[in-house]
Amino acid sequence: MKKKNTSPLLERTKGGLTSVIAALICIVIGLIFGLVFLFILDAEHAWKEGFVPIIQAGFRNVGNETLKKVGMNWATVGQEIVEAAPLIMTGLSVAFAFKTGLFNIGAAGQYTVGAFGGLFCAIVLHLPWWACLLVATLFGALWGAIPGLFKAYLNINEVITSIMFNWIGLYAVNTLIYNRGNGVMYNLKQSQTYALKDVSPRSLIPSKLFGWDMYGTFKYGSISIAIFLAILVAVVILVILNKTTFGYELKACGHNASAAKYAGINEKRSIVLAMVIAGALAGFGAGLYYLAGGAQWDPQNSTALPSAGFDGISVALLASLNPVGCIFSGLFISHLSTGGAQMTQIYFPSEIADVVSGIIIYLCAFSSLFKGKILSLLSRPAKAKEKATEQTAKEKEGNEQ
Amino acid sequence: MTLLIKYTLIYGIVLMLVALGGCFSEHSGVINIALEGIMVVGAMAGLLVLVMLPSSIVAFWRVFLSIASAALAGLLYSALLAFASINLKADQTIGGTALNVLATAIALVLVKRYNNGLGGTQSPKLSFANGDFLFTIGPITVNVFLFIGLILLVVAAIVLYRTRFGLRLMACGEHPQAADSVGINVYKMRWAGVLISGFLGGIGGLAYIVPAAQIWNFEVGVSGMGFLALAVMIFGQWKPGRIFLAAMFFAVFKALANIYDSTFLSALNLTKEIYNMMPFLASMIILAFTSKKSRAPKAEGAPYDKGMR
Repeated sequence: MKKKNTSPLLERTKGGLTSVIAALICIVIGLIFGLVFLFILDAEHAWKEGFVPIIQAGFRNVGNETLKKVGMNWATVGQEIVEAAPLIMTGLSVAFAFKTGLFNIGAAGQYTVGAFGGLFCAIVLHLPWWACLLVATLFGALWGAIPGLFKAYLNINEVITSIMFNWIGLYAVNTLIYNRGNGVMYNLKQSQTYALKDVSPRSLIPSKLFGWDMYGTFKYGSISIAIFLAILVAVVILVILNKTTFGYELKACGHNASAAKYAGINEKRSIVLAMVIAGALAGFGAGLYYLAGGAQWDPQNSTALPSAGFDGISVALLASLNPVGCIFSGLFISHLSTGGAQMTQIYFPSEIADVVSGIIIYLCAFSSLFKGKILSLLSRPAKAKEKATEQTAKEKEGNEQ
Repeated sequence: MTLLIKYTLIYGIVLMLVALGGCFSEHSGVINIALEGIMVVGAMAGLLVLVMLPSSIVAFWRVFLSIASAALAGLLYSALLAFASINLKADQTIGGTALNVLATAIALVLVKRYNNGLGGTQSPKLSFANGDFLFTIGPITVNVFLFIGLILLVVAAIVLYRTRFGLRLMACGEHPQAADSVGINVYKMRWAGVLISGFLGGIGGLAYIVPAAQIWNFEVGVSGMGFLALAVMIFGQWKPGRIFLAAMFFAVFKALANIYDSTFLSALNLTKEIYNMMPFLASMIILAFTSKKSRAPKAEGAPYDKGMR
């Protein structure tokens, strides 16, 4: 499987305003399709119990009086923030690889392996949270390096390798954690890994930032400074890509590997490094989620790959591969999936949110079409003006003659 | 041993059908990474039809209708890929990935809705009777998909190599500009290639689930079989005959995960996950050794633009 280096996606990253407009168009069309789908499923309840909750999502409960009394009315907003952090990271992972001409469909596997690394250090070794997070990152990087090596030295398309190693990683992690119920990390009573707050509280990412207790504000169990770490990393990635020689070399390989090689860039090293960084970002995201204590790994039920990996693709595409854009699109995708759970489940299964985000990725695949349209629309008034001034200039010339 | 043969045949036929689908799509020039999603949609449609048909229907029609609806659903779903990648010139890999994500979500929503209508449960599982699909020949239980698969294999090989359509299709994947210059409509050919892959992928999805289970949890999708089929296709060098052999080879690994308990392998004391991992590991090792000689259709992955030189 060969991929052309002249991916339209790389062209598409030009023009911030058009990218934002195109993303908004994708979102609106995706939501319209979602609404139509809701009406097909159950027209009577589609608006009030389906569409409105999806849009309001975490903010649905903010004005709820009974929840206000116990101070819980911001909890679902907290949930949105908690779930956005890993999405921003997997989005960055996909976006970073894409900028260097690689399609990292393996974020799900890197995320899984990263989660294992982080949880192992926390549950078994009782390391402090930052050390666990570092190990999660390293494990993700290791899993990302494999497709990079296969691509650079054996010329096997990274898409195929990533997909295969997604499943290899998933099964490896499940067997290591579960081990027929004897795994050291496995809590037989709850049939999932031990909760961090019970076995190793110091491995939990803190929720206090400069004296501000985030838990006090949101009252959501696993809220932590993870979201700020994700934002920080997004900015760092933006700087690396746009302001350093290293980033320039990686991008050059993405645009045209032969030309990059001719210019003296070691293209094999660049491919491997790009995948290592992409893997590290996904692993970091897994660390941010599992070390925040919100979820435990259930090796018997996790027979499907974690959705954060594939949602990362929507996040990256929606952001037009811009690292800072990933922050916003990550928050949006998290908003959407929280909204899915807010619908009245007897009428509408929460997976409808996934349908909407699937449609959004589908639209993103050809959003360059809208972008061309938007660009021509935006430039039309400017061109018209130009023409007008040209005409008046000509008229003047005519008058002078 | 008979169990090993039974499961190898089940999975081998599935991998072969789906890989043949991928083969048609890629020969026309479109990378079909959405095969996994197409399988899910086909399986979902086929199973829903199977469970909704009244019990008074004759077994033959029950089997026929569920397979036909699986094939039709796969075909319709693949049209989404064709539209995006041929008419709108979208990135084929991203379009395919989107369809994979979408397929699991749609399947879950519809299956949950169906279960909800039955008894108000939100279960993502669908239980069904598969007796009509199975036959016993001697000591082995085989299923109807074995015959369908073998017939389709022969048909695919003949269509691809012995008909005008097949040769034109392959030309579009090798050098679309040259094909166009002699009057072949590249867009039409690519549409045909993708739709055929949807048809075969849809049947493959149903063939994966029906013979080996009586209850299926759609949260799992088809657990990576579509991706494995892509590896089978590459290993089979995009040729139907070799794809058949490659599929059987991978199927042995896949079958081991189902039966290791009851054989001498249980003495090795490995977990189920390790056996599940094996086909994927095997495919990576094989790809590592064969990739240098790989001969993929030259123009695959690149959208065809008539106006471009």
